[in-house]
Amino acid sequence: MKSFRRLVYPYLIWAGVLIVLPMLIIVFYAFSTEGNDVIPVKITLENFVRFFSDTIFIEVLGRSLKLAVITTIVCILLGYPAAYFISQLKPDSQSVMVLIVTLPQLINMLVRTYAWRGILLNIDIAPELKVYIGMVYNFLPYMILQIYTSLSKMDPSLVPAAHDLGCDDRMAFLKVTLPLSVPGIISGITLVFLPAVSSFFIPKLLGGGSYVLVGNLIENYFVTTGDWNFGSAISLIMTIVILISMYFTKKFDYDQEAA
Amino acid sequence: MKKYGFLKKSYLALIIGFFYLPIIYVVVFSFNASRSLTSFTGFSLQWYEKMFASRPMMESIYYTVIIAVIATAVSTVAGTIVAIGLSKSHRIIRQVVTQVNNLPMLNPDIVTAIGLMLFFSTLNIPTGFGTLLLAHIIFCIPYVILSIMPKLRQLDDNLAEAAMDLGCTPLQALWKVIIPQIREGIVSGALVAFTMSFDDFVISYFTTGPGINNISTYVYATTKRINPSVNALSTIIVIAITTILIFANVLPMLRERRKRNEKTA
Repeated sequence: MKSFRRLVYPYLIWAGVLIVLPMLIIVFYAFSTEGNDVIPVKITLENFVRFFSDTIFIEVLGRSLKLAVITTIVCILLGYPAAYFISQLKPDSQSVMVLIVTLPQLINMLVRTYAWRGILLNIDIAPELKVYIGMVYNFLPYMILQIYTSLSKMDPSLVPAAHDLGCDDRMAFLKVTLPLSVPGIISGITLVFLPAVSSFFIPKLLGGGSYVLVGNLIENYFVTTGDWNFGSAISLIMTIVILISMYFTKKFDYDQEAA
Repeated sequence: MKKYGFLKKSYLALIIGFFYLPIIYVVVFSFNASRSLTSFTGFSLQWYEKMFASRPMMESIYYTVIIAVIATAVSTVAGTIVAIGLSKSHRIIRQVVTQVNNLPMLNPDIVTAIGLMLFFSTLNIPTGFGTLLLAHIIFCIPYVILSIMPKLRQLDDNLAEAAMDLGCTPLQALWKVIIPQIREGIVSGALVAFTMSFDDFVISYFTTGPGINNISTYVYATTKRINPSVNALSTIIVIAITTILIFANVLPMLRERRKRNEKTA
């Protein structure tokens, strides 16, 4: 059976060249600028200095984080009751509801966002609010499905047991159901927060040109202006910010479990 | 608990309404007689005619489907082979591959996308159908591996050994013993790969070349002006996905129910 090990070797090369190397190229671009004829590239921190010395870029990063955080919170607040109510239905109805929640998700994201454009043209609200509606719409199903999965894995006799031990409904929910569904909330956060920070077509389609996020910046520097070095630096900064936020989320989860 | 039943149902109904409102809106306005996206002036099929007559639109459907089909086939076969190899590999190799696979799954799509774009440009590879397809295969394989690995972990190692003791070659043991037992994982991996490829916008946007659009990049490129044919295109996608889902989910459910009824009868 050990001979099967060899099946992995081609993939090691594939993943090294096509997954790891592109990431290293981004890092290389981020730490360099186009030089002159004699020295074609210059290794430098210029791109990062440029980013952090301009308040506009910091503002855009802050706006993206705010959008992602609020989207995630709204998804938890709207999604948790939905997931909880679904998990209390009859088993057959549960699978139908899961199907109903999944279906819109399978329809192309661009198409779904485009669909909101028509509706939102009728409503006179701030472009920012339109972006928020589009974001929550796109990400809410992920949150519901993740929380529902962790709720449906729960042993159904736990809540009656809590009642027998003297908990009322509220206490049983707070002390038993909610803590057990935290892993679902955490994976929901991962699925919502991560893509929300970097999203660029929802703000562009729904917010008009006026609502610029970090994803739009990256798109601009790569597609419109062609300044790949600065674009790479922005992506690197964004990735690091995301990694830090995810670290704290995971840490919170871990502390919860330990407590 | 009973008295909350109505409230719960209303809440779920509201959420479902929120999910389906834009879809219904698009379907309705795909039959609109005018260009307007805000007022319905009368019934017409003109946007469907325009869609079928529009070459770039039909091409975007073609590219989306053909890329999803090829990317799914290639990534499912490759992912299955790699996953089986990994299950027999040293722990360190397994951890390295898992970590590397996490990169495209946990990184924002836009980072994976520009990484590939810079990679292709560094090697002077012209972007187009080939790079688009390659990009899709690259990000689909990790998902396939991820869906198959848990099934392999449950697998009894002795079974393949026993098959070989009974005279199977390693290849036969693979084909007749291992593959049938992880089939569920392979199928769900293929489904995830197909959905990811079909739904992808960001990675396609940065890795495709001039003239090659999938549905996502086509819709993105045309939304600068109002183009009601996109409503018709969306309606077709909605109908196609709903049909596939119904066939995939409701039919097995009905069959099971009939089986249950037969048993009780």
